[in-house]
Amino acid sequence: MMKSVLDVVVVDDHQMFRTGVRSELGGSVNIVGEAEDVESAVETILETEPDVVLLDVHLPGGGGAEVVRRVHQRAPDRKFLALSVSDAAEDVIGVIRAGARGYVTKNITGSELVDAIRRVADGDAVFSPRLAGFVLDAFAGTIEVAQVDEDLDRLTEREREVMRLIARGYAYKEVAKELFISIKTVETHVSSVLRKLQLSSRHELTRWASDRRLI
Amino acid sequence: MAGGVAAGLAEHLGLDVFWVRLAFVAGSWFNGAGVIVYVALWRLLPQGEPTDPEQPAGLVSATRRGLRTPRRSSRLPGGDLGQTIALAVLGLGVLLLQQHLGWGLASSVLWPLMIAVAGLALLWRQADEAQRQRWAGTSPDVPILGLLLGGGGWAALIRLVLGAVLMAMALAVFVAQSQGVDTLVPLAAGTVLALLGLGLLLGPWIHRLSRDLAAERRERIRSQERADMAAHLHDSVLQTLALLQRHAGDARTVARLARRQERELRDWLYADAEPDGATLRAALKSVASEIEDVHDVTVEVVGVGGDVAMNDDVATMVRAAREAMVNAAKHSGAGHVDVYTETVGSSVEVFVRDRGSGFDPDAIADGRLGVRESILGRMERHGGTAAIRSGPGEGTEVRIAMTVADRDEESDR
Repeated sequence: MMKSVLDVVVVDDHQMFRTGVRSELGGSVNIVGEAEDVESAVETILETEPDVVLLDVHLPGGGGAEVVRRVHQRAPDRKFLALSVSDAAEDVIGVIRAGARGYVTKNITGSELVDAIRRVADGDAVFSPRLAGFVLDAFAGTIEVAQVDEDLDRLTEREREVMRLIARGYAYKEVAKELFISIKTVETHVSSVLRKLQLSSRHELTRWASDRRLI
Repeated sequence: MAGGVAAGLAEHLGLDVFWVRLAFVAGSWFNGAGVIVYVALWRLLPQGEPTDPEQPAGLVSATRRGLRTPRRSSRLPGGDLGQTIALAVLGLGVLLLQQHLGWGLASSVLWPLMIAVAGLALLWRQADEAQRQRWAGTSPDVPILGLLLGGGGWAALIRLVLGAVLMAMALAVFVAQSQGVDTLVPLAAGTVLALLGLGLLLGPWIHRLSRDLAAERRERIRSQERADMAAHLHDSVLQTLALLQRHAGDARTVARLARRQERELRDWLYADAEPDGATLRAALKSVASEIEDVHDVTVEVVGVGGDVAMNDDVATMVRAAREAMVNAAKHSGAGHVDVYTETVGSSVEVFVRDRGSGFDPDAIADGRLGVRESILGRMERHGGTAAIRSGPGEGTEVRIAMTVADRDEESDR
């Protein structure tokens, strides 16, 4: 699966930002297409079949979440990395729940972005400290004994530890070292948190989301 | 109930809505006084504006331009429907009992009156709904019909027609009882003809009036928004651009100005409005931006759990965290500092972390007042703890923790 140079589509409604990404990443990934709104994004992605789509959260035509939903109806394997200047929790969680595999802010450095793209292409999840913070808030609350079999609705103690370290600014390999586990295990934990975030129907998560006008 | 008068009154008086409703129902046993008061209040009291919390400018604009995925609203119907129906039935029962005993109004008056009140309630209810939708900005641009219907669609139309039919029925029953059934037909025909003529005369005029009104309102809102935006851009962005030109040769200053402007703009567009320094998180954020400005690094603050209102303990933590941030910015050589704060119950933790050069904590020279005094000493004096984890080449993390007494659950998020 791992290719030496990854194919990437950049979706953003600002020409300046797309040009910036192209010049910054040009050497490390192969940018096969650009799009500026939901319609053209869906078309471009289905046509070029990139490994990873860099996706702005705010897009004309319904936002990044809409792109993910429409592409996944036709091509469920396409991978998305959300990219945004908006730190509004509802937008970030919204695009993740739609199916994006990670979220980073736009002021991320070039090398970190390449790293994140590679990780998403490998099927792992990418959490920024801020997203990890949102997740901890969303899954906060004590575990009720009656619901212990509801695996999707709570984080395990280990997952919570991993999330806390990421929120504190630890990179995956630093998390691994801190908890005496392998990087692969860290990636497994993060992917499983991502899955819960996307699938959970947890009552608190729903309430938390609607408090922030998510649903 | 019908117009939300009871609920509004209850909120104003600080009573439970049940008692207000009971009072209205009981009042209606005395020749319908309760109903009359209710109807009068409905017209006279201003309708409460929907209490939707204001969103940051950037999100509102993004929503308006369709850049975000629209959320599906999932409001549940009011939970006290059963109680309301019970009250209504109770009121009606006592009314009928009075009627039976011959204490109430004559039945020739009562029945048309009750039908008329029901019709009126439906019509006014629809008018309120249309107004609420205009506030929400979701009403369609169809004049007249739009004014009456709002965005309600079929439900609204049915409500309107039903209300009108009930009113007509009430009038018909009243006329039939007092004048006899035969006068009903010519009277109805005459009324309909008169209404039709009036409609033809006034229709086009009302149509134009309502259209002009809508256009004017839109224009006014738009120009206000433009003025606000212009003022903000002038105060912030334009000033920064001018400064950037003046310092074009100085890369550090340019980067600093650009970063500060970005942060300000981002706060204005997306952040929830928090007064500076009123809570732990707001205080940490303002310290972070100060350090970004002075020391040429980026500082990201992430908060989890409830925020904590400012008090002496919290202020101590903020000062210690500030010292840790300054150290990271000045001595570590890293370009980025992560600050993380978590509140669980009354225990509050703050982590300050950088990926810089690090140092050997055991070898802190006594002269290094910063670490020993400002962080460790300060926290211990105030009953908290501080720990420093670092090693040459490993970056540094400072953990500050305290049990904050008198925790004010300011905002539960």
